[in-house]
Amino acid sequence: MADDITEPLLMVKDLKAGFETDDGLLVAVDDVDFSIERGKTLGIVGESGCGKSVSALSLIRLLPQPMGKILGGEILFDGMDLRTIDDAEMHRIRGGEIGMIFQEPMTALNPVHTIGRQLMEAVLIHQQVDKREALRQAVEMLERVKIPAPEIRVGEYPHQLSGGMRQRVMIAMALINKPKLLIADEPTTALDVTVQAQILALIDELQVEMEMAVILITHDLAVIAENADEVAVMYAGRIVERAGVEELFKNPLHPYTRGLLDSIPRMDSKRKEHLKTIEGMVPALSEMPDGCRFAPRCSNPHGDEVLEKRPCMVEPVPGHWVEGCACFWEEE
Amino acid sequence: MEPILEIKDLKMHFPVKGGVFLRPVGSAKAVDGVSLKVYPGETLGLVGESGCGKSTLAKTTCRLLNPTAGQVIFDGHDITRMSRKELMPLRREMQMIFQDPAESLNPRHSVGQIVGEPFVVQKIGTRAEREKKVADLLERVGLNEKMSSRFPFEFSGGQRQRIGIARALALNPKLILCDEPVSALDVSVQSQVLNLMMDLQRDMGLAYLFIAHDLAVVRHVSDRVAIMYLGKIMELADADAIYNHPRHAYTKALISAIPVADPNSKRDRTLLEGDVPSPIDPPQGCAFGYRMKHAKWQESVGMDLGLVEVEPGHWVQPCPCCTGV
Repeated sequence: MADDITEPLLMVKDLKAGFETDDGLLVAVDDVDFSIERGKTLGIVGESGCGKSVSALSLIRLLPQPMGKILGGEILFDGMDLRTIDDAEMHRIRGGEIGMIFQEPMTALNPVHTIGRQLMEAVLIHQQVDKREALRQAVEMLERVKIPAPEIRVGEYPHQLSGGMRQRVMIAMALINKPKLLIADEPTTALDVTVQAQILALIDELQVEMEMAVILITHDLAVIAENADEVAVMYAGRIVERAGVEELFKNPLHPYTRGLLDSIPRMDSKRKEHLKTIEGMVPALSEMPDGCRFAPRCSNPHGDEVLEKRPCMVEPVPGHWVEGCACFWEEE
Repeated sequence: MEPILEIKDLKMHFPVKGGVFLRPVGSAKAVDGVSLKVYPGETLGLVGESGCGKSTLAKTTCRLLNPTAGQVIFDGHDITRMSRKELMPLRREMQMIFQDPAESLNPRHSVGQIVGEPFVVQKIGTRAEREKKVADLLERVGLNEKMSSRFPFEFSGGQRQRIGIARALALNPKLILCDEPVSALDVSVQSQVLNLMMDLQRDMGLAYLFIAHDLAVVRHVSDRVAIMYLGKIMELADADAIYNHPRHAYTKALISAIPVADPNSKRDRTLLEGDVPSPIDPPQGCAFGYRMKHAKWQESVGMDLGLVEVEPGHWVQPCPCCTGV
């Protein structure tokens, strides 16, 4: 099955994850479905607290412990169910076949070890090689992420590098074992625009070179527009819309997606004019409606019944899925 | 019209200490000769990458830091060397809004105390009058007066930023220095706060110095925009002019780096190499030409790089490498 290239690399079905707290169980990700083809980029976009990071962390079983729990669903990666494999196997996959980059490289890198040592550690865990070979790979990888003078840099500590450089080191570490899937959680949010452009171009280049799939998680629709093949829009723990990138931006259907696209200031908008907004804010996890979760903020006229029953995903255009809330979707 | 704020050749250099005895070994030139004017009722946008000195400029302008050299003239008064006591009445008219509302609001004070504190500090009104004013202010920024007994942690990021704005408005200022006021907010909330700020400006005739790194946001709210790089202003022009006809190579590079929310507009992008250099011992001559290793950078060393007006209202740093002026 692993060799069947027509199967998506990763298929997530009905994923449910949440946190066991003193106030009871809070469900942060509620029945989420998505899949990703080999070599492609899936963008997951949404605002803070929508569950995009929790979804990604669930995939590799890195939810904060002991509170984080995967409550249900299947995570099929290359023929394996990542939910049921044992810890040793998960350990092999994490950092091996699945690489990860996080938002803040300073907290993800160990400040008391040189970057060379941290890169070598990643190699030594996953490959049967000696230290010399590991060092050679570390230097080579730093060179590929365009760090100048990599032979010298391997001996330096994270604090000696700039933010952009640290993010390059993170990328080097995530890719050193040639993963099939890279999970990039807000990889450029802490960086300046010029550095962001460099980093995204670098990920794109390495993705083509290594034929790797990427899950790009961000709150920035513009980053999604330029880098993703498929997009999933998340709101309050659910995917409300999912489509190819061109289709989604040309023909957004869900009122939330439309609201998001309308509320960003654009370079050609009329200055000083009122921006469109989405009124109100995301309900607290403990106060989520059972039905359409966007309904309390939605400007479409709707009755109270949309708060009761969860809308089904519908596919009005092939490959374009949307949560068909009654406020805009009339079933034939 | 007289500017409400005029900054003249302002410098803020921080000593860098080193060695066993921590003797000064150099200086970080965070702000290095900046001149700007802000007129009543306008928004001057200030854009730059992290470490370019934009926040230091704001802090120096309102004397949270004492400048190394230069002048700050606010509403006709030179405040550069004023004592705390002399500054006190002027502080009413110049307020600040910060990036992270979670950190700029005292967690142990109720919202009513936070928003009412300016009245206490300036000894204005009786307790009852203050409470009435706080209620008005909260309503003005779209919050409920009942919220005044609650604490900052009970609010979302957008609401906290509204509390910060209410506090800044308390004393009817003429100028608000906004340091990345919306960068910590989600897009849907960001647009709510930007709308509020634009409404307040229209109704109260406020002037803003609006500091941000998001060029699309700055363009939307600003009348004029200044581009800052390594402690200096590279270009200053009308907001539309600077985006449609940028003259400085750095401005062009910044604009080309902004991602666009349209999958069909994949453009040719000038990718900059490296990061912003350290402001400790910055390069001679044009700092950006140096980063780009421009062939003509050498010619800019020793030149007077003060801004020149290339078109009415469009100022740019003259240098052979980046502007060809």
